[in-house]
Order: sequence, then C-alpha cells, then structure tokens
Amino acid sequence: MSEKQSDYIIKRNKNNYEVVIGLEVHAQVLSNSKLFSTSSTKFGAEPNTQVSLVDAAFPGMLPVINEFCIKQAVKTGVGIKAKINKKSIFDRKNYFYADLPQGYQISQYKDPIVGEGSVILDLPTGEKTIGIERLHLEQDAGKSIHDMDPQNTLVDLNRSGVALMEIVSKPDLRSPNEVNAYIKKLRSIMRYLGTCDGNMQEGSLRADVNVSVRKKGEKEYGTRCEIKNVNSIKFMQMAIEFEANRQVDLIEEGGSIDQETRLFDTKKNETRSMRSKEDAHDYRYFPDPDLLPLEISDDFINDIKKNIPELPDEKKKRFIEKFNLSAYESNILVSDIETSKYFEEVIKNSDVKLSTNWITGELFALLNDKNLEISKSPISAKNLSKLINLIKDGTISGKIAKSVFELMATGDKNPADIVEEKGLKQQSDPKELEKLIDKVVNDNPDKVKEYKSGKKKLFGFFVGQAMKDSGGKANPQLINDILKNKLK
Amino acid sequence: MTGILDLTLVELVGKIKKKDLSSKEVTKTYVERSEKSIKLNTYITEDFKNALQKADNFDNSPNFNKKLPGIPIAVKDLFCTKNLRTTAGSKILENFIPTYESTVTNNIWNEGAILLGKLNCDEFAMGSSNETSFFGNVQSPIGEKLVPGGSSGGSASALAAKLTPATIGTDTGGSIRQPASFTGTVGLKPTYGSCSRYGIVAFASSLDQAGPMARDVKDCALLFGVISSYDNKDSTSVNYKRKDYLRDLSKSIKGKKIGIPKEYRVEGMPKEIEKIWQKGITIAKEAGADIVDVSLPNTNYALPTYYIVAPAEASSNLARYDGVKYGFRAKGKNLIDMYEKTRSKGFGNEVKRRIMIGTYVLSSGYYDAYYLKAQKVRRLIKNDFDEVYKKVDVILTPSTPSSAFKIGEKANDPVSMYLNDIFTVPINLAGLPAISIPAGHDQNGYPLGLQIIGKAFDEQNILNTAYSLEQEIKFKNKINDWWM
Amino acid sequence: MAIDLKTVKHISKLARISLDDKKAKKLAGDLNSIFEFIEKLNKLNTDKIEPLTSISETTLKLRSDEVNSKNIRDQILKNSPDDNKDFFVVPKVVE
Repeated sequence: MSEKQSDYIIKRNKNNYEVVIGLEVHAQVLSNSKLFSTSSTKFGAEPNTQVSLVDAAFPGMLPVINEFCIKQAVKTGVGIKAKINKKSIFDRKNYFYADLPQGYQISQYKDPIVGEGSVILDLPTGEKTIGIERLHLEQDAGKSIHDMDPQNTLVDLNRSGVALMEIVSKPDLRSPNEVNAYIKKLRSIMRYLGTCDGNMQEGSLRADVNVSVRKKGEKEYGTRCEIKNVNSIKFMQMAIEFEANRQVDLIEEGGSIDQETRLFDTKKNETRSMRSKEDAHDYRYFPDPDLLPLEISDDFINDIKKNIPELPDEKKKRFIEKFNLSAYESNILVSDIETSKYFEEVIKNSDVKLSTNWITGELFALLNDKNLEISKSPISAKNLSKLINLIKDGTISGKIAKSVFELMATGDKNPADIVEEKGLKQQSDPKELEKLIDKVVNDNPDKVKEYKSGKKKLFGFFVGQAMKDSGGKANPQLINDILKNKLK
Repeated sequence: MTGILDLTLVELVGKIKKKDLSSKEVTKTYVERSEKSIKLNTYITEDFKNALQKADNFDNSPNFNKKLPGIPIAVKDLFCTKNLRTTAGSKILENFIPTYESTVTNNIWNEGAILLGKLNCDEFAMGSSNETSFFGNVQSPIGEKLVPGGSSGGSASALAAKLTPATIGTDTGGSIRQPASFTGTVGLKPTYGSCSRYGIVAFASSLDQAGPMARDVKDCALLFGVISSYDNKDSTSVNYKRKDYLRDLSKSIKGKKIGIPKEYRVEGMPKEIEKIWQKGITIAKEAGADIVDVSLPNTNYALPTYYIVAPAEASSNLARYDGVKYGFRAKGKNLIDMYEKTRSKGFGNEVKRRIMIGTYVLSSGYYDAYYLKAQKVRRLIKNDFDEVYKKVDVILTPSTPSSAFKIGEKANDPVSMYLNDIFTVPINLAGLPAISIPAGHDQNGYPLGLQIIGKAFDEQNILNTAYSLEQEIKFKNKINDWWM
Repeated sequence: MAIDLKTVKHISKLARISLDDKKAKKLAGDLNSIFEFIEKLNKLNTDKIEPLTSISETTLKLRSDEVNSKNIRDQILKNSPDDNKDFFVVPKVVE
C-alpha cells in the first residue's frame, strides 16, 4: 500500500492535525427479490406493497436465502480483489426500532463472506491504494417517516429485507477528496459488475463515516466518532470537515473525544450526537439458528471469476496502452460503465482521438447542460460515430460539425441527413476553392502587397475572407494549402 | 356414542373409510364431549361450528384416499391456523388471527382432517405444567388439581380426556414427552429437521420440533407420517426419503441393542421411577433385545446448557412482539415507552424471566462465558450420543423424574420446575428423536412414562421398540371423568 | 455470579421490558438462583471443542432469485393495532 503525503491538514495554533477516515458503505444488491424473502426489491412502490409475511416478521416466519445475492456479493468481492471465504455465518444483530420488524437484523459478524481486499484511487497526486477490511451481506431495514404525522411515525417496510453489501474500509482515507474518489471508485466497480446501481438519490448507496483526528506524525489513532447514514458524497465531505474541526477544537481546548454515534444535520451542516441509539451498542450477536452456515465451493467462486467483465482499472490500462490516451482522458472514459460503453461503441467505427475529444468535450457539455446521464444521451453512440466519420473523411469541417451536433441533440438524427438537408457539405473541390481564393486575392491587392512585404499575420485575414465567402463551408486545410501557394 | 370415543385414530380412520362411521358422527361426538369439559380448560379457541360444517362437507363428498379422512383434530395453539385465532397462550397475541397456515397443520388438513380448535399451552411454550398460560391453567383428567405437564398441557389433557382423538404438540425441552408421561398418553418428538417449523410460533429455533401426541404408538406412527415433510420455506428442514412408519411398524425387537445410560439414574429419584425403568428393561430382554449398559457422561450438563441456549434464542425470537405490526399494544408516550409497556404487560412472568436470562447470556462480556460455552457443551452432549450409537440402536430411560405434581406446587420455584425436563432436554440438544409411552402407575395411581431415544431420522426404530413394549405393558389409563 | 438490581435494570432496558423496583428485585432473586444452577457448566473444560451451531446435517439451501410474493398489504396491515391502510403507525421516536 503506497502512502502519499496527505494534503488535508487542520492547523490550530502550532499544531498540525491529520484526519483519519474509515467508511462503512452500504450498497443495495441488484437482485429481483430480497435476501431472505421472495418480495420484489423495485424502488418507488406504494408503501407496504412489497412486504411479505417474512419481511413483516409474522409469527412462525422463517428466512430462506437468495442464491443470487450471494453471487453478487462474491462478484463484488472479486471486483475489489478480496479474499472470498468459502464458509461464512449469518448472525442476528439484536436491537429494537420501528422499521426493524424482527427486532433483529440478519447480518454477518465474525465470519463474513468476503475478507480483505483493496481499491485503487485515482488522485491528482497519483494513485493511492485503500485497504478494504471485509464485505458482508445483511438485511436492509424499512423506512421510518417522521414528518407526515405530528404525533406519530409512519413505517413502510418495502425496503425491509432487501439485500445490502456492507463494505468496510480500513482507516486509510485522509481527506474529503479521497473519500470522494473512494466512493466514486467503489460505485464504479459495482456498476461495472452489475451488483449495485450506486444510485445515491434512491438510497441504493449510503455510508457511515468514521472520523478521528491525530497530530501529524502520531502513530496511534484518536477516538473516532461515527456519522451515520450519509447519503451523498457532498454531505460526506461536509460532515467530515465539520466533524474533524469539531474534534480538533475539543482537543485543543484540553477536552477528550467521546466515542459516539452522530448524525449529519443537512440543514445546519453540522454533526450532532444521536441520543436514541445509545443502548444499541450491545447488539448481542449470535449465529442465526434459523440458518445454517453458508458453504460455497471453489466451482461456485470460479464460475463467478470467469464471468467478471473488464473492470475500470484494467480498462484504463488498456486504453492507455492500446489507444495512446492520456491517464487523465482514460480516467474520464472509464469512470462510469455507461461512459465506457458509449466510448467503446463509438470507436468501433471511428477515430479514437476524435471520439475522445468529442465525448469528453461536446457530449459531456451537452449532458451537463441538460442534466442527463450518458445512458439517456439525446445523441446515440452510433450517430456520434457517424458525425465523427464525416469530419474524418472531410465531408464537413470541425466547425460545421459543432452546428450539426447541436441539431442532432434535438432528435438524434442521422448527421448525414442533416448535412444533406442544410447543405453543409464542406467545399473541397480544389478548382472551386482556387476560384474563391483568386477572388479574395484580386479583391485585396494592397493586403497582398503588405503580406508579401513581410506582414505574415495577414494570412489569417485571407483565410477568414475565403471562409466567409464560402459560407464557412470551405475545407480549411485546402484553403490553407492553396492560399500558401498563391501568396508565394 | 361412547364407542366412538374408545376408538384409536387408526381404528377411526378404518371405520370412516369403510363408511361404518360418518365424519359428522365422529366430529359431533368429540364436540359434545369437549363442550362438557370446559372445566379442564384445554381449549383456548374452539371452532366447533366450522368443524361440524366441514364434517358435513366431507360426508357429502368424501375422499377416502386420504390418511385422516374426515377426522376431527384439535392442535396446540402454537401452530398458526389460517383465519382462526392463534395466541401461543399469551396476552400479547390474544387477538391475533393469522392469514396463513403452518406447514405441519396444512399437512394434516391436506389429508382430510378437520380442525376442532386450538389447545391451551404454556405461554410461548415456556413451561412444564401449563401454569403459565394467559388463558389460565389446564387441569389434568388424571386427577383434580393435577398439572397435565407442559408446555403441550392442553394437548395432553384433551387427548387423555378424549376431547380429541389425537393431537399435535411441540417439543423444545420435553414439551410433548413430559405431558404425555404425566397423562398416560404417547408423545413423539421427532428428529430436528424432520417436521417443518414454518408457521409455528418460534420459541427456541434450534430446539423446537412439532410432533404427534396420541393414545398409542400406532396412532403416533400414522400421524408422524402425515406431518413430516421437507419444506423449502424452512432452511433447517431436511430433505430425506420419509418412510411409511405405520406400514413398517413391527413388534419384533429381537436382537435389537438397547442402551441403558447410567447417568439417568439420578440421586433421590423416586423408587417407582426405577421400578418402571426395570420393568421396561425386563420386557425388552424377554422380547429378545440385548440390554447394554452405556454412558452419556455429560448428561448432568444438559439442563444448564438448555437453560442458556433456549432462553437466548427465545429472547431474540420474541423481540418481534413489540406492538408495532400485530398483537397487543399498550399506550406509550414515545416509541421506547410503548415497547416497554407493551412487552411488560403483554408477557407473563415466566416469559419475562426467560427473555431476561437470554438477553443476559448474550450480552456484551457474557457471550463467551455462557452462550458460547453452552454451545460447546452441546457438542459434547451430541458426541456422547454419537459414541453410544456405535454400540446400540436405541436408548431406554424414564421420561420424567416424577409423576404429575399438584397445580401451584412448583409455580414459585423456577429451578424446581426446570428439573422436570432433566431426562428430556438432552435429546433436544442433540436433535435426536424420542418417544414417551405410558408404562405404569405410581402409588397415587398417576401415570409414569418410559422414553425411547433413537438415532437421527431413525423414528422407525423407536416406534417399533415403543410398540413392542406397549403391547406387552398393556397400559390402561384410569380416567374417571372427574370434571364432568 | 451475583446479578444485582442495576444489572437487572440494564438487561430490562435492552429487552425493552419495563420493571418497577419490586418486580426487578424479585426478578434478580429468580435470576440468581437460575444462574447458580447454570454455573455448573464452568466445571467443564471445553477449550478444544467446536460450538454446535446447527443441528441439521445439511448445508444452507439456496433459493433462486424469483419474486414470488405479491402485494398483500391488506393482510400485512390486518392485525395492525392502528387502522391506517398504508402504513404501520407508532408513537414518535425521541431523537
């Protein structure tokens, strides 16, 4: 594991503090049915319509495990280069809460399905490896709605029992930026694998953030506080900043940090102590007697390994080596599976360099503007590819292509059709261009004289005029060549 | 028609199939007798009107290809029965009506049987005398003011009093076998995993098993064959080829090796218990079996082990009774207050005691010393049986350390109550099958039982051994209908 | 291992069962006699023994990823103590 110099330091008086961060990411498994029951996991259903007798913990109900969820967990484990444990145990984590119908959560305590692994972060300062402690499967809880009724809390159990992968990092993160990169990388890997859709707005990816501080150079970890259930990267970063500063202030005042669980208040942008979970620390874990130990075979694991798609790190390497792209460009193209899919579709038939530029430039700008994901791009990969080919074969200039692109954005039309309709074909007939240039040269004899006497800058003037007279359609390269000849 | 009441389950089935009796006649007889026996307090919920209607329906279009055609049966109120109140003997489920059926009872109805009603039991199956039920204690037909045993006390009492031809109970530490022993009836706790736990109100998940309670071994064999099935809704259910236990029932135990474990000879055990044990040994010898002295060295640790494991699992299984989704809810000023009041008012004292023990043994700092330790001792206990079964086919012991005691006698002494289970508990810890058959009476005329323990999934062997002994013993239950 | 009143109160909080002092004292007494009886286990040496966590001699059976449960909201809410047709209703949590 490489240790790079942390650039996130909190300075107080003469002391420099570094921040130590560990994340427990909860990722909802992409599956049709829940972990231990056969209810649907679809997001957005009417309250309590995806709840079975097992989910609602009726008397006599028993859990039966979903094989696909196990496969998804193993797949994710392979994706984070982790040890897969052939034997693992499901334990009950006992506590009371309105959205926990059983009065316990089925989770994994001492024997998780996946062991140690790692994730590589792509930071501006270079690569950094973050260690992963473990990944285990557990049930998600339902939802408590506190603001629909002044006296009461309403409970929706649709989410109760959905499979979660809890991914616990080692305390290797040192800054809000690293947290950003870590979440993005983890999310990207799972989206590549199809094991989690990483949709933070819908709650399919959440994290508990563990924050502690220590004076730079100290080897011992400080007391940490856990900030629970932060559901956006932005909030995570804000929470870390606030919490780290709070802890440093406390220490500077001579106080000590209480190990506690805190919430991030998104309205006040600060963390505060959670009183209601105070007794929840004693979870009384014990192996769930309704379930047997899980044993998976080498074949089971190897089958999954065989079917792992190319992951972001490998894809990035390949793009750099095969296509000669820069690390920066590759990063952008592989950061999300949908982007890499789009890119690879375009370059099937188009020039790589142009494709890279058009995707990371014009297309991203368009998507940003319209607040769209690339999977919902108004311009399909096929058609962008066609547009790029029109530039490459000289049919239109780069400048004209930009106008065509804008027109394509309104209805994903075939660019060739647009060029045809609007008569945007580049003028590349040397005879025609010569005529054009002759006119410009003849209309501007003084400028020609000035140019020939040394004012080389005037070359641009002639090019500009020729382009103007051609209605922008002249092939710029040819204009250049012919003009050079004429003005010799 | 007293004739009907004297028929065994197997005989009833025969008569109905031959059309000598109608389902209506049989059901009416049992309903009438049950209605006259309120004093015994065996029923929590009766379903007599529906039962009579179903009997009529059966007679109108009978299906004689079933194993329990038109037979009325009452079951322990721990089995969820669709649309009929299921309370587990508790206030916290006083008005709970399941919208689903347990697999075990579903198996019975699928074979043509008719539900008479739900039978009283110790609250959440926690007890050995049916004195902890919210719905009042059950009287034993053996004698007034006697306990029927527990937790399947209502089942045993109703069975012995002939209010149902047979019944189903559950056994976690002896709750079928001990009441069977106290009431002079036969009770089988099958191998763990042989009967589905789906739809049974859970007490201790690694110990609970449903089982038949009937008048004789044949009836038990029939009923066991009906309720035992593989269920993919229960992850602890075992998929194996089930036998036809009734068809293969055989009296011959010639050459069978029967183990007599010395550790079951407890200090201070009443002489009558020893006598009955000897009686069983003698009968077995005379039938050609080989009697082998064996040792189960960790027997004395079984009860303490059980009283760590069972409450621990129960404390977690009963956490769902929180007043949120179903069942009794007390008013509270906030969520925690609501929980505390609901569970305090909704649960009885024994249940609260066990939840507290369970919570404590799992709590931080104590898990290793108690729960983990108990699970290790459990392995030792199982190993003891595995060793012994290398030398013998079945094991013979008394079922209980005494005959039925008086109501109230042990209610205030939990430990004394727990000692009732001393002979039955090791079997649950090891997951093995065991049957209790009535073998004689004590000086008060109260029944005493013998227990035959078998290898896992080897119910046929213990049924055969039990059958052999039963036919020799010719036990007659002395019931004088004192409550009528 | 003596179980004192403080411990009983702590355990009752974990188990969400309210106890007044009188009940707590009685429970402490009961629990102490029960634990005296359970303490027997300490006499056994179990250092090299594997705990028995499952009795069934099978491995965990795996279910296929099919949605087999439909919308049974009516059934689910039927036994609910409140008469809300869409949600379970509980008193507010104090946070």
